[in-house]
Amino acid sequence: MTTPLADFRAGLVAVFPTVVAVIPFGLILGQQATVKGLTVAEILAMSSIVFAGSSQLIAVGLWSMPAPVAALALMALLVNLRHVLMGASLSGKIAHFGRLRYLAAYLMTDESWALSERRAVDKPVSRTFYFTVALSLFFFWQVSSVLGALFGAYLEHPETYGLDFTFPAIFIALALGFWKGARRTGPVLAASAVVAVAVHATVPGAWYVIAGALAGITAAVVTAPREVSAIAEETAP
Amino acid sequence: MTIDPVNFTAILAMGVLTYMTRILGFLIADRLPKSGPVRVALDALPPAVLVAVVAPIVLSGPIEAVAGLAVLLLALRLPLMATVVVGVGVAALLRLAFL
Repeated sequence: MTTPLADFRAGLVAVFPTVVAVIPFGLILGQQATVKGLTVAEILAMSSIVFAGSSQLIAVGLWSMPAPVAALALMALLVNLRHVLMGASLSGKIAHFGRLRYLAAYLMTDESWALSERRAVDKPVSRTFYFTVALSLFFFWQVSSVLGALFGAYLEHPETYGLDFTFPAIFIALALGFWKGARRTGPVLAASAVVAVAVHATVPGAWYVIAGALAGITAAVVTAPREVSAIAEETAP
Repeated sequence: MTIDPVNFTAILAMGVLTYMTRILGFLIADRLPKSGPVRVALDALPPAVLVAVVAPIVLSGPIEAVAGLAVLLLALRLPLMATVVVGVGVAALLRLAFL
């Protein structure tokens, strides 16, 4: 068993690199949003109400005055559809949260989800762990997007410092944590990567994440070991 | 510190739809079976999503590909934070050298 204090510390340790990664992302978002004419209050409203980085960055790219409400809403829906799959996977691991699950869902981002899934490989995901991770990301997302809006003029070409590579680096390292051997995980990663790259190159928008994820889980089902299939047949109605 | 009503409507619409995507997975998960193909699929989901997000970024150029490979190898040995710091450093150095 773990204590709340130990879970709090584990949450801080786990979330630290992602907070470091989120800050430049939030700074860029705030800076881009002011270029489009959004006020600091509007940027804070978006970061706290939507709280989904990639959809916010794309939204700012699409923003014009007056705001194209329907296009922005539809874009957010499509870019964030991956949350449905992520939530379905995480739900059982935080079933003991009770009603706090509704708040947990509100705070679920790619980062808090990935860190919690990674935690669930080794240990149960406690409320303390989850909310330490999720609220840290929420807090620094608000702070960095507001700071980006206030001081964005001083922030030019962050890609020079390699900072845009922080997210891919975190996700690659986290993905390896789910490795369960070449036979089980190899086909999942290969199918997901190939389909995501192909769809990304041919279809506009964020469909490549959904397509790649679906290809990966299809590969998992198709290549699943026999005993798993046997259980499936027994429990089938 | 002003909020334009049309801008706020757009923000609210984005927020409501985004929350729907977040809660929907939690609500349908309770009806999903605990074993069998659906379970296998859900268990494979975390690495599948992570790789789908990352693969197009890593393959977007030679520098990203080299830095991605470096991270892959480092992650087998080093803790997360060290992997990320070195990976970002590799990306920055390659860009300084070749861009």
